[in-house]
Amino acid sequence: MGMGMKFRLYRYDPESGEPPFMQDVELDIDPAGKMLLDALIAIKAQDETLALRRSCREGVCGSDAVNVNGRNRLACITPLGELKEPVEVRPLPGLPVIRDLVVDMEPFFRQYRSIKPWLVNDDPEPEVERLQSPEQRARLDGLYECILCACCTTACPSFWWNPETFVGPAGLLQAYRFIADSRDEAISARLDHLEDPYRLYRCRGILNCVDACPKGLNPAEAIGRIRTQLVKRRV
Amino acid sequence: MKSASGAHTGTGSWLLQRATAVVLALTLPVLIVYVLAATPIDDFAGWQALFSPLWLRVLGLLAAVALALHAWVGMRDLFMDYVRPTLLRLALYLAVVVTLAGSVAWLAAVLWSVA
Repeated sequence: MGMGMKFRLYRYDPESGEPPFMQDVELDIDPAGKMLLDALIAIKAQDETLALRRSCREGVCGSDAVNVNGRNRLACITPLGELKEPVEVRPLPGLPVIRDLVVDMEPFFRQYRSIKPWLVNDDPEPEVERLQSPEQRARLDGLYECILCACCTTACPSFWWNPETFVGPAGLLQAYRFIADSRDEAISARLDHLEDPYRLYRCRGILNCVDACPKGLNPAEAIGRIRTQLVKRRV
Repeated sequence: MKSASGAHTGTGSWLLQRATAVVLALTLPVLIVYVLAATPIDDFAGWQALFSPLWLRVLGLLAAVALALHAWVGMRDLFMDYVRPTLLRLALYLAVVVTLAGSVAWLAAVLWSVA
């Protein structure tokens, strides 16, 4: 066969003492029906020093988010055939690189934890379960599907400048997921915690998050809905 | 170092920026059309006549105040993103507030001196 595909991979090994560099790689692979992750795994089979994360390899776990030709995407659901060569693969921007394509997700998860991503309800537990009407449940559509891959947050310039103070699109989408949940009772505290000039209001509506989300979610809309709640209780 | 959040000022600033944007969207076209329709003006008496109606001076001042408040929120956002040392940031805030407030006061003085 011999169908060579050209790749440019970001390589960085902190233990080598060398600065990061772009490595040109040619791979004998037929792109038909294959995803970028298949190519990365094949490259790793040739050169086992390449470090990358992956787990479910079908767009559910969110481990293999990388920057491909300038866009944040999940390698496992990015068809090889539609990528322009050389395929430039870099780690997610805005997070510290641990090695090659592996980033330190801690700044991302710290913001996620900060919105208290669990139901707060101090009512006595009911006999069976806390029921929701179909309408109440439908309000969580477009929110609960987030897999926390960090594609959106690391595409957001506001998060690049303020990773310690701005929650970022993924965290804010999750914040709204609990604000919108009929079983949660902490809406006032949740809104209090987002009303300073940084945590939500660093969002300037750039909309990179909407463009980047591999699940087709809309964090900007969720941010708008939180803002509506904040304005409603104020005016 | 731990950092505190919870200054409840975000919504106010955001509303202020949106509200002043609406004021500017409504007043600027009127002012621009009015001035363009009167041009060319080649002497002081012409300018004096142009700004003699009270409603125009009020509208102009209103637009200038809205612009100053709008610019204040915008400049503050810029400094929040790019200027980290608190003292330097406060100094820049002060410089912007003095410049904007001074410009508005100056405009008011000019507009009402021609009447």
